[in-house]
Amino acid sequence: MRRVAVVGVGYSQFGELWERGFRDIVLEAGAEALADAELEGKEIEAMYVGNMSGGRYLGQEHIAALIADYSGLAEFGIPATRVEAADASGGLAVRQAYMAVASGLHEIVIAAGAEKVTDVGDPMEILSASVDMEWERFVGGNLPALYAIMARMHMESFGTTEEDLAMVSVKNHRNGVKNPKAQFRREIKVDDVLRSPYVAEPLKLLDCASISDGAAAVILASENVAREITDTPVYIEACTQASDYIALHSRKDVLTMKAVVKAAREAYKLARIEAKDVQVAEVHDSFTIAEILAYEDLGFSEKGKGAELIREGITEIDGDLPVNPSGGLKACGHAVGATGVRQIVELTLQLRGDAEKRQVDAEKGLALNIGGTGATAVVSILGR
Amino acid sequence: MVPRFWRKIKYRYDLKGSYCENCGNYHYPPRNFCPVCRRRGRVKEVRLPDEGRVLSYTIIREGEPCVVALIELDNGTRIISQLSCDPSEVETGMRVRKAFRRYGEDGEEGIINYGTKFVPAN
Repeated sequence: MRRVAVVGVGYSQFGELWERGFRDIVLEAGAEALADAELEGKEIEAMYVGNMSGGRYLGQEHIAALIADYSGLAEFGIPATRVEAADASGGLAVRQAYMAVASGLHEIVIAAGAEKVTDVGDPMEILSASVDMEWERFVGGNLPALYAIMARMHMESFGTTEEDLAMVSVKNHRNGVKNPKAQFRREIKVDDVLRSPYVAEPLKLLDCASISDGAAAVILASENVAREITDTPVYIEACTQASDYIALHSRKDVLTMKAVVKAAREAYKLARIEAKDVQVAEVHDSFTIAEILAYEDLGFSEKGKGAELIREGITEIDGDLPVNPSGGLKACGHAVGATGVRQIVELTLQLRGDAEKRQVDAEKGLALNIGGTGATAVVSILGR
Repeated sequence: MVPRFWRKIKYRYDLKGSYCENCGNYHYPPRNFCPVCRRRGRVKEVRLPDEGRVLSYTIIREGEPCVVALIELDNGTRIISQLSCDPSEVETGMRVRKAFRRYGEDGEEGIINYGTKFVPAN
C-alpha cells in the first residue's frame, strides 16, 4: 500500500440553499477543490461520490454519472461510483478514493459528497431510513427517538445531564461563528438549548443537527504525485471502516458504538498513534449525545466520563483537544452524504494552517463519520 | 406495502422470536441465522415472555406525545416498542406487559397496521 495525500479541498456553503440546485453545489465544491490543487480536472482518474438518498431527496438516481457529467468529466469517461451508508456515505467515498490510490490503481482520485435535502420530502424522515425500518421505525423509533433512548440511558447510568448535552451544542455554535460556510453563525447559550422544545425527550431542538444542503470534495494523490502538485500535502495515515448491528435492540451494550471502537482501534494502529496523540477532531454530532459517545468510543475519555471533557473545556477550540472547530454537524449543518467529506476538508485546512479564524495548532487530526445510530463508522487520521 | 407488512404479522401481532440452542441467545425479530454462532447455530422459533422492564425510553413530542422504549423481556430479549400509557407514568425500570394495539394505517384507503405495544404491568 502506498501513502496517500490530500492535495486539494473544497466545499459549498451549507444550509437551506433555496436558490441553488444539486448540480450547482456539487460544482462549487469540486471547482474549489480543483483550484486548491491547481489542477485542471483532466488529471482526475476516478471519482467516488457519497450520497445517501438522491432517489428520495431529489427523485434522482445515477448520481455519480450525473456529477461526473456536470463537472465536465464525462468527456474523459472516468469511472464514477456512488457509495452509500446513510450519513456515513461521505466518509465511505473518501475511503474508496483512498483505497483506489493506496492500492496503486490510480494516481489522482476525487472523493465528493453531496446532498440536496430541501427540494423533495421530509429530510429527517428520509435520514431516519438509516435505522431498521421494519423493527425500529415502524414502532416510532426514528433517528431522534433512538438517540434520545441512548441519551437517557447515558444520563441515568453515568450522571450526564441535559446541561452537559447543551454545552456540546453551545461549543459547536461558538465555533460555527468563525466558519464562513457554516449554516448557523450565531452563538447560543445553554439556556437557549434547555428552553428549546423537546423533539424526543431528553433531546431538544437545539440538541439536533439541522439537515442541510451542501457538497464537499477532496482530491487525493499518491505521495510521489502529491509532492509534484503541492508543497503542503496532508497525509491520510489511516482510513478505517467498521459495522455493527443496525438496530439498538440487537446490541448488547447500547451505550458503546462498537463500530466506532473497532474502526478507531485499527486507525490508531495503522497511524502508529494513540488516542492521546490526536490534537484536533471532527466528530459526528448529529445529536449532542453522539459527540459525548464519540469522546468515549474514540478513547478520548473512559466510558461514562465523556461529559467531563465538555464540562472542563477540553474540547473547546482553545482547549487541549479541540473537537469540531468547523462548528460540527450542529452549526456547520449536516448535509448527510457530504458531511464525511466536509470533515476531511476541515482537517486538511486545520493541518495546513489555512483554517483562518478557527485555526488550532495541530499536526494530527481525526475524523469520525457515523451512519444512522452507529451501524457504520468511518475513522480517518490525517497528519502533515 | 401490504405484503411487506402481512408477511410479518405473526411476529408483530404476537411476540415470536428465535432462540439458538447452541449459544442460548434469543433474538427479536426472529433470525434465520444465529449472528453469534453462525453455521454452528441451531435456531428455532419460540414464543417470548409477555413481560419485561423498561431499560430506557423517550417521549416523542411531535404531535401527540408518543412513548418509545427499549424493553428487556424477562428472558433477556430486547425489543424497541411503544408504551401505551400516560407519558408522565413512565420511568426506567418499570414493569411492562405486551398488548395488542393499533399502530396506524397506510393512508385513508390503506390497511390498518396492528402490532404489539406494552402497557404498565400492574
